[in-house]
Amino acid sequence: MGDLLSNLSLGFGVALSLQNLFLAFLGCLVGTLIGVLPGVGPIATIAMLLPITFGFDPTGALIMLAGIYYGAQYGGSTTAILVNIPGEATSVVTALDGHEMARQGRAGVALGIAAIGSFFAGTVATIVIAALGAPLTGLALIFGPTEYFSLMVMGLVFAVVLARGSILKAVAMILVGVLLSTVGLDLETGEERMTFGLPFLSDGIDFAVLAMGIFGIAEIMRNLDHTEHREVVRQAIGRLLPNKEDFKQSYKPVLRGTFIGALLGILPGNGAVLGPFASYTLEKKIAKDPRRFGRGAIEGVAGPESANNAGAQTSFIPLLTLGIPPNAVMALMVGAMTIHGIIPGPQVMTKNPNLFWGMIASMWIGNLMLLVINLPMIGVWVRLLKVPYRMLFPAILMFCCIGIYSVNSLPTDVMFIALFGLVGYTLIKLGFEPAPMLLGFVLGKLMEENLRRALILSRGSLSTFIDHPISASLLAVAAILLIVALLPSIRRGRDEVFTE
Amino acid sequence: MKKIALALATVAGLAATGAQAQDYPTRPITMIVPFAAGGPTDVVARIVTDHMSRTLGQQIVIENVAGAGGTTGITRGAQSQPDGYTIMMGHMGTHGAAPALYPNLRYDPTKDFAPIGLAAGTPIVIVAKKDFPANDLKGFLEYMQTNGEKVNMAHAGVGSVSHSTGIFFNSVIKAKPTMVAYRGTGPALNDLMANTVDYMTDQIVNVAPQIQGGNIKAFAIATPERSPVLPDVPTTKEAGLEGYEVSAWNAVFAPKDTPPEIVKKLNDALVKSLDDENTRKRLQELGGVIPSAAERTPEALQKLVESEVARWTPVLKAAGATAE
Repeated sequence: MGDLLSNLSLGFGVALSLQNLFLAFLGCLVGTLIGVLPGVGPIATIAMLLPITFGFDPTGALIMLAGIYYGAQYGGSTTAILVNIPGEATSVVTALDGHEMARQGRAGVALGIAAIGSFFAGTVATIVIAALGAPLTGLALIFGPTEYFSLMVMGLVFAVVLARGSILKAVAMILVGVLLSTVGLDLETGEERMTFGLPFLSDGIDFAVLAMGIFGIAEIMRNLDHTEHREVVRQAIGRLLPNKEDFKQSYKPVLRGTFIGALLGILPGNGAVLGPFASYTLEKKIAKDPRRFGRGAIEGVAGPESANNAGAQTSFIPLLTLGIPPNAVMALMVGAMTIHGIIPGPQVMTKNPNLFWGMIASMWIGNLMLLVINLPMIGVWVRLLKVPYRMLFPAILMFCCIGIYSVNSLPTDVMFIALFGLVGYTLIKLGFEPAPMLLGFVLGKLMEENLRRALILSRGSLSTFIDHPISASLLAVAAILLIVALLPSIRRGRDEVFTE
Repeated sequence: MKKIALALATVAGLAATGAQAQDYPTRPITMIVPFAAGGPTDVVARIVTDHMSRTLGQQIVIENVAGAGGTTGITRGAQSQPDGYTIMMGHMGTHGAAPALYPNLRYDPTKDFAPIGLAAGTPIVIVAKKDFPANDLKGFLEYMQTNGEKVNMAHAGVGSVSHSTGIFFNSVIKAKPTMVAYRGTGPALNDLMANTVDYMTDQIVNVAPQIQGGNIKAFAIATPERSPVLPDVPTTKEAGLEGYEVSAWNAVFAPKDTPPEIVKKLNDALVKSLDDENTRKRLQELGGVIPSAAERTPEALQKLVESEVARWTPVLKAAGATAE
C-alpha cells in the first residue's frame, strides 16, 4: 500500500509537470476533434498524429498519445450519438440508444452521461491498473485459444439479446455478420475466400467501412425519405446536462459497466470489444421494462460507455506489464514507444518507473481533461444538430468519404461504404437490425480463428472446450443465457398459436 | 514535321526532368511503408527518415499502406511516378519471399525498382516457451527428432516474417511441427508466454524484451555475430547449426526509371542518416544491424534482392506455402 502511494506520487509528480499537463490536454483535445470525424477512430488518429510527438521526450510523447487515444475514443461516441455513425466496434452499442436519445432531443443528456460515465470508469480503471496491474497480468495468459472461442460464443449470445425485434431475424443477421467476417485470406492456409479474385478484398472487409456504410450512410438515406425524424432532432434540443433523475437511472449501470469493461479489457486479442455489448445485454436483461432499450434508454448509454472506457484503460495492462499489445491500438502504442526508444516489455516497470507511473497517473488526468473539454463542448455539438439537414448531410457524407479514405488510403473503401449503405437501408426497410450483424462480424473472425487454433492444438479433439474449466463455464453461461433469451419468445409463439 | 515535334517534345521533357532532378527535392517526399504504423518496418522507416529529411531539406512523410503481407503498398509504390517523390521501405518479405508466396504478384522485386540502399538488418531469433524441455539449440534439435509430431510452432500469419523464416528453419532442421497461425506477432507471443505453443522464429525487436524478462527462452540468433541487445544468446553457428542465417532486412526502394541523380541524392541521405550517432543508437537499441559502407549502395541492394528471391522461392515452394 505504501509502495502504491509512493509510486502514484512519483507518477503524479511526472504527469503534473506543466509540459506533461499541457501535452495531456493537447492530446485529448486533438483526439476528440479528430475522433469526431466519422470513420476516423483511435487507430487512424494516432497513426496520423504520431509524427507530431517526435519532438518530445518519451514520457511526454506517450502521455500525449494516450490522450489522443482516449480523446478519439470519446469523439467516436459523440459521432455515434449525434449522427448514428459508430467509428468502431465499441461505439456500435452507444449508437443504439444514444442516437435515439438525440432524436428525442436528449442529445446533450446522452453526451453528458457518456462523459461522466466514462470519467468515473476511467478513474476506477486507473486505480485498478495501479494497484492490481501486475497480478492481473496473469489473466491475459490464462486465456488461450480454447477459452477465447468459448468467450466469443458467449458474445454471440449477447448479440441475440441485443435485438429489438424478432429473434429469428437477429440470428439471421448475426450469421450474415459471421459470414462477412470470413471474407479475405484464410489465416492458416493463406487461401483467398469469397474475394471473387478482387485484390482489395484479400485482407477482408474493414470494420469501419462496414459500420459506416450500414449505420451512417443508411441512416442518411433513411433520414432523407423520413422528413419527420430529422425535424424532431432539429427542433427539440432540450437540456444540455443530465439531471438528478438521469443520474439516479444511470449510476448503477455505470458501476456495472465499469466492472465488466475493466475485466474484459485485460483479455488479449481485443476482448475489450465485448465490454459494451456485455454491459448493454446485462442492463437490458435486468431492466424492469426492457422494451425501452433501443428507444432511448439512458442506461443503454451509461453502462456501455463506462464499460468502453474502463476496457480502453485496462487494455493498457498487458502492454505496460508484459509488453504484449492486446489489440491494434495498443500495437500502435508499442510502435510509438519503440520509436521513442523505449521497448515495451516486462522491464519497463523497473527500468523506466518514471514513464510507467507517469503514464498511469496521466490516464486519470487525461480522463479529467476529457470531462473538462467535453462538458462545455456538448453545447457546440448539440447546436450542430440545429443545422438544417439538407446542409448537414452533404457535409456528413463528405467527412465519411474523407475519413474512410484516410484509414487505409483505398478508393475502394469509399465505394464500399456506398454499397453497404444501400444494403443497410434495405435491411432497415425490411425490419432487420444492423447491430447484431456488426457484433457477428467482429466476433466471427476471432471465433473462427480461435476455434481452429484450439482444434489444431488439441489435434482435432472437441473435448478440449470442456476439459478447460474456464472454457466449460463460459459455454455453460452461454447456454443458460440463450435459453433465457429464447424462452419468452417460444412461450409467446405458443400463445399466438393458441389465440389463433 | 511530326517527328521533329516529337523529338522536340522529348528533348523538352528530358530537359524538364534534368532540371527537376537537379533541384530535387522541392516538395515533401512520400515514403510508403507497406505495414501498419507501429510495426518493426514502420519503426525503422521513421527512425531512418528522420535524419534523411534533414539532409534533403524536405520532409519525408510516412504513408502506411498495409495489406497482403506488404505487397499492396509495394505494388502501389512500384506503379507510382518515378520522380523521387514516392519511395518505399521494402523488406525481406516484400522483396524476397513475396514472389513465392503470391503467384499473382504485380511486381518483380528484381526488375521493377530502382534500389536506394539497405537501411537495417533485423536479426531473427529462435525462441521457445519457458517450459520447453530443452535449454539450448542442441537439446531442442534432439527433442524435435523424437517428439517432432507433438510440437507446435507459432507464426504471425502466412506471409509474415515469422512464417517465412519459420518454414525455412523447419526445412533446415528437417522438422515437421504443427503450424499454428496468429494474426500478428503480439497474440503469437502471448500464447508462447502462456506455454500454449512451443516455439517460433521472429525479429529480435519483437522478442528481445520477453527474453530479457525471462518469459521465453532464446536458443540462437540467426546472424554471423551475436547481438549487443542479447549478448548471451549464441549465434546459430556457435550453437552448432549450419545453413540458417536470416535477417528481416529493411531497405529503401524507388520505382524503376527514377533518374540516377535522384537515386544518388536519396542514397547519400540514407548513408548520412546511417552514420548519424542518434540514428545508429536508436536502431541498435532495437537490435538492428547497421549495414556496412559496402552494403549500403544501390548495387549491393540489387544483388541482395536477387539472392533473397533465389533463396526464398525454393524453400517456400517446397513447403507449399502460398498466400493466394
